[in-house]
Amino acid sequence: MNTLSTISAFTYQHKQIADYFPALQQKVYGQPLIYFDNAATTQKPQSVIDAIARYYSTINSNVHRGVHYLSQLATEASEETRRRVARFINARHTHEIIFTRGTTESINLVAYSYSKAFLKPGDNVVISAMEHHSNIVPWQIACEDHGATLRVIPMNERGELLLDELDHLLDEHTRMLAITWISNSLGTVNPVREIIEKAHQLNIPVLIDAAQAAPHIPIDVQAIDCDFLAFSGHKMYGPTGIGVLYGKEQWLDRMPPYQGGGEMIKSVRFEKTEYNDLPFKFEAGTPHIEGTVCLQAALDFLESLPLADAYAYEQQLLEYATRQVSQVPGLRIIGQAAEKASILSFIIADTHPYDVGVLLDKMGIAVRTGHHCTQPVMDFFGIPGTVRVSLAVYNTPAEIDRLTTSLDKALSMLK
Amino acid sequence: MTINEIQDELIAEFSMLTDWVDKYEYLIQLGKELPPIDPQYKTDDHLIKGCQSKVWLHAELKEDGKIYFTADSDAIISKGLVSLVIRILSGHTPEEIAKADLYCIDRIGLKEHLSPTRSNGLVSMIKQMKLYAVAFQSQLKHA
Repeated sequence: MNTLSTISAFTYQHKQIADYFPALQQKVYGQPLIYFDNAATTQKPQSVIDAIARYYSTINSNVHRGVHYLSQLATEASEETRRRVARFINARHTHEIIFTRGTTESINLVAYSYSKAFLKPGDNVVISAMEHHSNIVPWQIACEDHGATLRVIPMNERGELLLDELDHLLDEHTRMLAITWISNSLGTVNPVREIIEKAHQLNIPVLIDAAQAAPHIPIDVQAIDCDFLAFSGHKMYGPTGIGVLYGKEQWLDRMPPYQGGGEMIKSVRFEKTEYNDLPFKFEAGTPHIEGTVCLQAALDFLESLPLADAYAYEQQLLEYATRQVSQVPGLRIIGQAAEKASILSFIIADTHPYDVGVLLDKMGIAVRTGHHCTQPVMDFFGIPGTVRVSLAVYNTPAEIDRLTTSLDKALSMLK
Repeated sequence: MTINEIQDELIAEFSMLTDWVDKYEYLIQLGKELPPIDPQYKTDDHLIKGCQSKVWLHAELKEDGKIYFTADSDAIISKGLVSLVIRILSGHTPEEIAKADLYCIDRIGLKEHLSPTRSNGLVSMIKQMKLYAVAFQSQLKHA
């Protein structure tokens, strides 16, 4: 049933891009690994792995406090990453880049600090029906702490937000609109520019969860004019444990610190502590220096693809994958928005996603099954979960073909 | 048969299945053969925590002093796994179940399901059955 694809694999400096990723050269259960769990975390190119080894072999030391040579090199390398990230997302100021552990911590930081300064009883926070738990729970906690309520933008059966609803969801008591750019379970790409514009008409700040966007879409925070934006290094070919919070200076300056400790202070007396300036006010304690420094290697990698070309390729691959898996009997794609990124969620009639996932795993194909930390999305569709295939630039049409034949085999076993 | 005799029997059965497809087809077959659970026990408080699929487990201590398990799952592989463990543990005394060492799981090539991080919850299933056994044990002592 497979018609061979006319798409050829993405090449990078005259080689197939997968060749640059050591983890992709493995076999699992005796079969060549196909890695389709990229929305959870991506594999790392050799250049990122080398950067980590180089960091510990050369400049490893603590940052900002040391007068010695290595400390200055490590500090300079960390701050160079901050400048690189600022350029990568086109932030106006370098000090608007805060390093965190990841998207989750970035959102928690805003939910805590921003809410402490601005959220009052009777206020509300607006999120959407397709948020990851990490963009739901921090706001539930903040609302509970400050006597505010949480409002949810609904979606339709295709997995598209009903943006007309914004007109009555947003009002003079709305203090924040927190929304994902790309849904991690449906693949929907939300029209963030339009959403932000609507919120700004009522002077409501907007936080964008860009965890799934950063690896795929070129980001320009000034063009979309978001107030906060969060993403993780490990989903964009970089190290784990390093993430970014972008925030407009005007907001960050008026927010209290998130955590107390070293680095975030100017002076400490038992009577009164004076906090440091941005960005250090929000970076208490020794940061993830290796992750920070090596995030540069991931940005180098993404920029050299370049990202826009990778996105175009991933779109072709998604289209091919959608067409191919749609031929599997009983398969229903969950998330059929007009604008989608390279995430393909599906269920197959009379099978549990878990069974399909276990059998694909035995055939060397790594997918994710379950609710993908979006239980409300699964409840909306009335399903226990989905099988999620999330594509990256190193995936190929040939791998999609192996997926469809493996799905056929899994189904014949489950029948 | 004792718990260990059943385990040895399973090891012998699975040893004839050489590749993973045969093993999983057999596991799926075991799932299909699992006797149905009484619908009154298919409630949330009979769910085993730690499974990605839903697994309902009911335990009953009968007059012969032995525990009989019934179960169901919405995923067939989980159902096969719980069916396998029921075949080993059901119909034994609380004491035998509580101290049972399920060495056969590793030997029949389903070791990957034993990792505590694995989301199918084979570990949770065994733990839950042993918890029932311990609970019945103390119930018998105090009776």
